[in-house]
Amino acid sequence: MRKQRGLSIFAGAVFAFLFIPLIIITITAFGENPTIQFPITGFTFQWFTAVFENQSFMDSFLLSLEVSLLATLLALIIGIPAAYALTRQGVKGKSWIKSFFLSPTIIPGVVVGYSLFQFIVIRLQIPLFTGLLLGHFLISLPYIIRVVGSSLEQLDFSIEEVAWTLGSTKFKAFISIVLPNISSSIFASFMLAFINSFNNIPVSQFLSGPGISTLPTTLMNYIEYNYNPVVSALSVLLMLGTIILMFLIEKTLGLAKVV
Amino acid sequence: MSKKIPYLILAPGLILLVFFLLIPLVSVIWPTFYNGTLSFDSYISFFKDTYNFGIFIRTIRVSIIVTVMCIILGVPTAYFIAGTSAKWRGLLMALTLFPMLTNSVIRSFAWINLLGQNGVVNKLLASIGIISKPLTLLYTEFSIIIGSIYLFLPILIITLVGVMENINPEIMEAAETLGASRIKAFIKVVLPLSIPGIIVGSILVFTGTLTAYTTPQLLGGNRNMMLSTFLYQNAMTLGNWEDASVIALIMIVTTLIVMKGFNLIANRIDKRGEQDA
Repeated sequence: MRKQRGLSIFAGAVFAFLFIPLIIITITAFGENPTIQFPITGFTFQWFTAVFENQSFMDSFLLSLEVSLLATLLALIIGIPAAYALTRQGVKGKSWIKSFFLSPTIIPGVVVGYSLFQFIVIRLQIPLFTGLLLGHFLISLPYIIRVVGSSLEQLDFSIEEVAWTLGSTKFKAFISIVLPNISSSIFASFMLAFINSFNNIPVSQFLSGPGISTLPTTLMNYIEYNYNPVVSALSVLLMLGTIILMFLIEKTLGLAKVV
Repeated sequence: MSKKIPYLILAPGLILLVFFLLIPLVSVIWPTFYNGTLSFDSYISFFKDTYNFGIFIRTIRVSIIVTVMCIILGVPTAYFIAGTSAKWRGLLMALTLFPMLTNSVIRSFAWINLLGQNGVVNKLLASIGIISKPLTLLYTEFSIIIGSIYLFLPILIITLVGVMENINPEIMEAAETLGASRIKAFIKVVLPLSIPGIIVGSILVFTGTLTAYTTPQLLGGNRNMMLSTFLYQNAMTLGNWEDASVIALIMIVTTLIVMKGFNLIANRIDKRGEQDA
């Protein structure tokens, strides 16, 4: 293809639009001024130290990790066998069941959060943490069903049948033949669901209370009253986390396959 | 016996979804229709209120503008990415994916830095003498729009690259050999073939903007409510659960209508293509 200068410039401008705001955040994390300033004066790491010294950031980071890990693990335990069942022949109402499993992506996040809060926390008096966990499970499940499901569809099921013929039980064949063959997509779906759950705001916002606040919720409430480089520093740390997770996905399944 | 196994495996997921998604939804929405008698009164009075109706219209308007802007910015960019070598394409896709996986609080916060009274944009405009006093850019509908474009442009680009990769570049070359200018060849050849991708991407952008919470909350302020922030305010600040539930159903129904509408357009375009052929 010939050089397309106009198109390159346009695409370059779009990438500048996507990255300049994030680059500015990164730069402001190192300024010495106690309110955010750009361009910055001086150079310091003190705001990064301040992030780690902020107890509510650290507590909510740990809570976020706990909730996202538990929710995505639960989604894996329930989602992988379900995705497997949905690729088998002879399951009646398969497409209907699959849409039902994917439906949390169609229902707006604020609505999921609101109805869980009203029904689980207010009406059934179930502890907030359980509600938060269930909400994150709901939003994680579709990722598992979709990514693992599409890799199961490409799997040659005759290898499983060979195992049955050779005397293996169905359960054993699933564990020792099917699972290893889809392990990279399991990992990728886990990563995607984890990132999505970790970043979630609308569901967490409704299901937060004293001592229960995920990191994005805490950060959001912090931003409403503070405008200082601590926010920038925390943003930089979270972006570094994203880069590491992206690198891990790229090394296992390849980023191109999960989007 | 073995025929029942798939259903047993599906049961735990189905039970959890019924108990923690379906039943909570119905229990929240049912009272908006039934209050001793069955009626649509809650919805009629919600829409009759000009303030509420204004928020509904703003949400739709912002979603339309954001979708159109994402298409204008995203289509050429996706076309550019699809035309690069495999190595470059991988890198550019990763670069597009990165903002998408970055927390939406951070991405909204980025625009507070840019659009604030002492923000980068105002400083830049003042230093080159275009403005003498800072413009009010933040906490406006404009800042919601730009923040939402920023939020959803990557997903449109990624969806489109997947479709455009599969367009045979020789078709484009053929059009050019036959005398079409490059822009004309793009409009007549690449664009029609990309319509399915544009539709899928537009659904994601439109419904995403329609239901986004973080961006309107951080960039819109109290005077520029969207349905999602209005739902939150009603439920958690005002304790008006009836209106919150009404908004919840309006959001679900609007999302479904938008999805159906775009799919209808897609089907119609598909049919027209068949007739041409």
